[in-house]
Amino acid sequence: MQLYITALQEGFLYGIMALGIFISLRILNIPDLTTEGSFGFGLSIAAVLAAKGFVITSILLAVIAGAAAGFTTGFLQTKLSIHPVLAGIITMSGLYSINLLCLGAANMSLNDNTLFRVMKEAFFPNSSGMDSKIFYAVISGFICLLIMVILIWFFRTHFGMCIRATGDNEQMVRSSSINVNITKTAGLCIANALVALSGACIAHAQNYADIHSSNGTLVVGLASVIIGEALLGKRSIVIGILSAVTGSIAYRFIVAFVLSYNICGANMMKLMCALVVAVTLSIPAVKNQMAVLKLKKEAKKHADH
Amino acid sequence: MLIIKNASKIFSKGTVNEHTALRELNLLVEEGEFVTIVGSNGAGKSTLFNAVCGTFLLDAGSICLDDRNITFMAEHKRARHIGRLYQDTMKGTAPNLTIEENLALAYSRSKRGPFRIAVSKKERQLYRDALAAYEMGLEDRLETKVGLLSGGQRQIVALLMATLVPPKLLLLDEHTAALDPAAAEKVMKITKDIVRHNHLTTLMITHNLKSALTTGNRTIMMDGGSIIFDISEEERKNMTIEDLMHMYSQKRHVELDNDRMLFS
Repeated sequence: MQLYITALQEGFLYGIMALGIFISLRILNIPDLTTEGSFGFGLSIAAVLAAKGFVITSILLAVIAGAAAGFTTGFLQTKLSIHPVLAGIITMSGLYSINLLCLGAANMSLNDNTLFRVMKEAFFPNSSGMDSKIFYAVISGFICLLIMVILIWFFRTHFGMCIRATGDNEQMVRSSSINVNITKTAGLCIANALVALSGACIAHAQNYADIHSSNGTLVVGLASVIIGEALLGKRSIVIGILSAVTGSIAYRFIVAFVLSYNICGANMMKLMCALVVAVTLSIPAVKNQMAVLKLKKEAKKHADH
Repeated sequence: MLIIKNASKIFSKGTVNEHTALRELNLLVEEGEFVTIVGSNGAGKSTLFNAVCGTFLLDAGSICLDDRNITFMAEHKRARHIGRLYQDTMKGTAPNLTIEENLALAYSRSKRGPFRIAVSKKERQLYRDALAAYEMGLEDRLETKVGLLSGGQRQIVALLMATLVPPKLLLLDEHTAALDPAAAEKVMKITKDIVRHNHLTTLMITHNLKSALTTGNRTIMMDGGSIIFDISEEERKNMTIEDLMHMYSQKRHVELDNDRMLFS
C-alpha cells in the first residue's frame, strides 16, 4: 500500500514533467531533448538553495532556471537556425556540467529543508509514517492540479492559442502577423520551466539530489504522454493535459507493481517496466484489430442472408 | 497601392541549378484594382507573391505598399497588411484549431492584450454573423476543428481569415483550383463579393483563362519571370481566350501548350 501511495506522489510530480513534454512534443510539435538537462537544472538549483534553508525560493528559482534552459534551446533553434533535435542536445549536454557545478558533487542532501516537511509542520505537525505519506501525495496532487488549471487557462488565452497554432501550421501563424520565433521560444520556456519544477519537486520529495536522477527522465516523460493518450485519447488540449498526468501516474503504478512482485529480481526491473509499458501502448492497436475482426464477422453474417 | 520596381530574384546563383525566377519585374497596382495573373507553370507568378509576402528577399529592386517600403520588412510584420490564400486548402488554416480559434488568430491583427481569453462572446457573435453571410452552414460549427471541414469550407474560413480585418493587399494563389466545380464557383463568388464590398486591392493567379478575363478589371500575363502583357479593362472587354493565346505565341514565337494552359 505504502508503495502505491509513494507511486501516486511520484506520478503527480513526474506528471508536471510529462506536461512539459506534452507542450513541446504535442503542442509545439518540436522534439525537445533539453528535458534531461532542465530536469537536472531544476533539481540541483532547488537542492542547493533548499539545503541553505531557502525552501520556497529554491522552487521559484528552479522554475526560472528551467525557463532559461528552454530559452537557450529556443534561441538556438529560431535565431541561429539549429535543428531542433540538435539544439536540445546542445543545451542538455551543456547543462550537465552546469548541474555538476551547482551541486558541487554527484549528490547532496537537502537536510530536511523540504517543501513537504515545511507544509507538514504547518498543517499536521504530529502526523508520521503512513499519514504523512498520504499528506505528501495530497500536496503533490495539489501542485500538479494547480499547474494543470493554469495551463488549461493559458492555452485558452490569445497568446496560448498562438503557441498552439504555431505547432499546427507555422506558415499560417506567420501570415497572421505573429512572430513565430517568439511563440516557439515562449513555448519551450514554459515546457522546460515545468520540467525543472518537476525536478525541483522530486529533489524536495526525496530530500536529496543526485546528478543521475535526470537520466532517463525524457524517456519516462515520453512514455507517460503516450500512455496517457492510449488511455484517454487526445481530442483536445484539456484531454491532452489530463492524459499526460494520468499517463505519468499509470507509469508509476506500473513500476510499483513490478517492484512489489519483485518479478525476476531487481536487476530485471527496467526490462519488466519496458514490457508492461509496451503492452499498455499496444492497447489501442489491439482494440482496433478487435474492431476490424468484429466488423468482418458482422459483414459476413449479412452477406450470407 | 502596390508598386514593384525592377524586382529580380535568382535562385541557386552560380550553380548549375541557377534559375531566374523574377527578371526586372515592374508592376503598379492602383488602390482598389483587381488584377488577374495568368502564365504557364514556372512563369514566376507564385514567386511574385512570395516576394511580396517576404518569404524570401529580393536580389534587386523594391516593393512598396501604400507608400511604405516593405522590401526588407520581416515576413510576419508585412503580413499585417497582406492577406493570402493558397491553392492547398490546408495551408491557410490551422487544422487542429476550431473555426472560431482560427478566425480569432486572424482577427488578432487588430488587437490587444496577450492574456485575454482568445475567443470572447462578442467576437463569437461577429464570426457567426460573418460566416452566416456565406450560407455554408459554418456558423453553427464554430467549435469544429478546421481539419474536419471539406476543402471548400476550409477555403471559405481561410478567405474570411484573410479579409476579416480588410488587408491593404489580397493575394489569391489559385485558391479555387483544388475545389470541385460547384465549390469553386461558390468560393469565387464569395471572393468577388468580399473584394467589392471592402474595395480591396487584389491580385489573383489563375490557370482558368476565361475566369481571368472576366474577373476583376485588369489581366497581366507572366512569362520567364517578367510581365509580358498588361491588358486593361477596356482592351479586355472584347477579348477571347484565343486572342489571349495568340498574343502569347506571337510574343514568344512559340506555340503555346494548349492543354496545359487550358487545364483548369
